[in-house]
Amino acid sequence: MSATAVEIRPPVWRRLIGFNAITGVIFGIIGYYLGWFLGHHITGKSIAFFADIDQNDLSVLLGYFFGVSGFLIGLGFGVYPWARLRGYPPSLREKETQGTSRYFGLCTDHKVVGIQYLIGIGLFFFIGGLNAMLIRVELLRPASQVFPAGQYLTLVGMHGTMMMGMMTSGILGPFANYFVPLMIGARRMAFPRIESLTFWLLMAAGAVLTTTIFFGGFPTGWTGYEPLNSQANTGMDSYLVFFALVGVSMCLLGLNMLATIITMRAPGLTWSRLPIFCWAVVSTSILNLLAAPVLIAVLGMAILDRTAQTTFFNPQGGGSPYLYQNLFWVFGHPEVYILALPGMGIVLELLPVFARKPLWGYRLAVSGLLGVTLLSWLVWQHHLFVSGINSDLRPFYMLSTELISIPTGFTFLCGLMTLWRGQIRFTVPLLFCLAWFFNFLIGGLSGVFLSDVPSDVTTHGSFFSMAHFHYTIMGGLVFAFFAAIYYWSPKMFGYTLNERLGKIHFWVMFISFNSTFAPLFAVGFLGQPRRTVTYAHNLQFLNDWVSVSAFVLGLSMLVFLYNFVYSLLFARIRAPQNPWSSLSLEWQLPSPVPVHNFDRIPVITGDPYDYGNPSPGAIPATAPAGGSS
Amino acid sequence: MSAQPAAAGSSPAHGRRFLAAWIVLSAILTPVVAFFLGPAIPPGNGSVEATGQVFDNEVLVAVSTPVCVFVVLFLGYALVSFRSRTAEIVDGPPLRGDMRIQIAWMIVTGATVLGLAAFGTYELLQGGAGGGQGPNAAFLPAGHNHALDVQVIGQQWEFTYRYPTFGGLETPQLVLPANTLIRLHVTSLDAVHSFWAYQLGVKADANPGTDNVVYVQTKGARSFDIRCAELCGLWHGYMFDTGQVVDQGRFTAWAKQQQTYFTPVARYLPPYATTYMPDPQRRAG
Ligand SMILES: [Cu+2]
Repeated sequence: MSATAVEIRPPVWRRLIGFNAITGVIFGIIGYYLGWFLGHHITGKSIAFFADIDQNDLSVLLGYFFGVSGFLIGLGFGVYPWARLRGYPPSLREKETQGTSRYFGLCTDHKVVGIQYLIGIGLFFFIGGLNAMLIRVELLRPASQVFPAGQYLTLVGMHGTMMMGMMTSGILGPFANYFVPLMIGARRMAFPRIESLTFWLLMAAGAVLTTTIFFGGFPTGWTGYEPLNSQANTGMDSYLVFFALVGVSMCLLGLNMLATIITMRAPGLTWSRLPIFCWAVVSTSILNLLAAPVLIAVLGMAILDRTAQTTFFNPQGGGSPYLYQNLFWVFGHPEVYILALPGMGIVLELLPVFARKPLWGYRLAVSGLLGVTLLSWLVWQHHLFVSGINSDLRPFYMLSTELISIPTGFTFLCGLMTLWRGQIRFTVPLLFCLAWFFNFLIGGLSGVFLSDVPSDVTTHGSFFSMAHFHYTIMGGLVFAFFAAIYYWSPKMFGYTLNERLGKIHFWVMFISFNSTFAPLFAVGFLGQPRRTVTYAHNLQFLNDWVSVSAFVLGLSMLVFLYNFVYSLLFARIRAPQNPWSSLSLEWQLPSPVPVHNFDRIPVITGDPYDYGNPSPGAIPATAPAGGSS
Repeated sequence: MSAQPAAAGSSPAHGRRFLAAWIVLSAILTPVVAFFLGPAIPPGNGSVEATGQVFDNEVLVAVSTPVCVFVVLFLGYALVSFRSRTAEIVDGPPLRGDMRIQIAWMIVTGATVLGLAAFGTYELLQGGAGGGQGPNAAFLPAGHNHALDVQVIGQQWEFTYRYPTFGGLETPQLVLPANTLIRLHVTSLDAVHSFWAYQLGVKADANPGTDNVVYVQTKGARSFDIRCAELCGLWHGYMFDTGQVVDQGRFTAWAKQQQTYFTPVARYLPPYATTYMPDPQRRAG
């Protein structure tokens, strides 16, 4: 296939006009003010237009609503429905062949969306991480010193919300979008426009959350508990809109992934030959699809409580704060597995490549992932063990929570046994996978303390639980994320990341991560609650230790950033087509992957883990693709 | 791509060697952790509930130790024994699973998990283990009919305490009698707070409109730290206090004295109730 027909490209100024990120931002700002004035019109003339920016929730909410709508229309998401309404024939693909500019707009190439996600989420991960650094600066001393109490709470809330919201797509966004179609032998995602929409919704959401600083921030942390939520200033609306947009994005992402994996697998790719990473994507997508609507609903109720004076969560009007807590955690607990499962998938996918052995116990690993998916729905009240709700149900939630360690144990067994008697090669991705085991082990074991009611009485709401979920999310998801980026960047960018810098990055990150979060278990047990700007004097040494380690952890991210920019923009060492000698389908394609992925859809005859098979030929058949003619 | 299975490193002794090392290491480390680290884990000995929690933590670290040793030792063993020593890529043996190992793993993890859940439930049945149980407490300690009622009212941003048996007096200090079963009624006037009496091993959320009951059996006289453990707004970080457990005689004397102080303001306060419906919520940042 020769896709390099000579194109006559218009001048730059001409290319900037049209549906792209610039138009999106302009339309977004116009939309914001439209909504803002509309809100003031509805609430009445008695409220001064410009003086009460922090009082009128309705105008802020409408501003966000119209702003996000304008942003999406400016990006060109209205074009397709409009064309269909006017009776034009549909096109499945948009802006797939236009140079760099396709990264700044609606593009239906799943590989472009993957890269967009990688950069976009990286940006917000950076902001969230910066907030964490500032939190640790404040906690260098027991008393409030750098930030006033309100600003500190906003930092805590921004960090938590940004991470918990954005990182839900931390692996699915960049890597599942990019690699699931390649792994299953498809030419695109099932819903390419929706795929792009999930990304731009997430970017709109991130921008909305960041603007909370103009409205005074919000005091509730990432959980947004009522009734504090209803008390708070308009900064709270940013939180509500952010999380609702993230919810829509998550839901659509899950839907798209499920539809793609169910309907678009290449011939011969039966469920028992599906790469384990795709199984993790299936599990996560089920949770995405079913949990996110609950979040959207509960935030919608909170928005109504704040604007229309409904009383869903106000006990004086017959509502209950427990309703919020229940609904939030019905979403919130599956969400933590939305964060954990993709990491498991990455680790199980990469271990066979670097141990040079088939994935051990494929079916057990799949049932582990699906078991976690199922059980994650039955455990949410372990967040409410001391809340005073349903005390008679506590043994059940204790049991269901501890049962989750059984399917999680399956994935551990499969991962560990894959290493057993292998030919292990110590590459950077493997190091991150091994660190995942260690971190997730500590995270899981500390989870047992939190799931056990008597122990939870002390650890609940303390730094112990904070250390626990950082071990599972940062130690799980983020380490797996880095394993994935080191592993797949030769395919995504065509260049290999510098291995030496990668190893430095790994060791600095691994050591400083443990040095940051392991002492926090002790800090929690010694009585320091989360989210407090002050703490007991006798805990200063531990807190200082944690802060300094956290700064080193922050620096390790800069090592990665340096490596990423240096390797991709300056060193530019061309990677071979299959540098790891992987048998997985995506590595059989040339780098960079051609726009249409496969010239001929491959026929799959086995799973991608056929390492060490003495009779070659059982390797999954793959069609030579793009550029082979 | 060379895809030849390696002949070396396939000695069946690896499995037995690893299991032996695991059993020996666990047998050494588990008692060490259980008997030296375990008792040092907070919240200490301030109440019967706190002592129960320390025991609970002791059992949990003891159970966690062999698990931790297993995974770390396995990783260490595998990385040392099975690292590839060749420059070109060589494949390992095509092992795709072993039903006996899988079943053994399921039995061991399943038994451990069920055992832990049973143990935690048993501990919970001893009066609720210091956690807030809501208005209808499911787990009642022995002698709960004779417990002393004390109300904890969370509000932005302090706790106040009411003693219904002393005319519903309200004070900003929490004083409890020693060696007594106390029934705390935790409620809130505004946001959700959480009453955490650290050394007593007590934590109970304060929700507006809810009477969250928690039982605690005090031991000897001591002071204890109180902190709010649920984010409740601007000055949440400053919502801490110190409470006292004092001898029975001193407690009665203190309560009599507080009642005298309390009389002039008593008529301005709402009568004692399990919950209070405050004014409509206002913005408090
Ligand atoms: Cu509070």
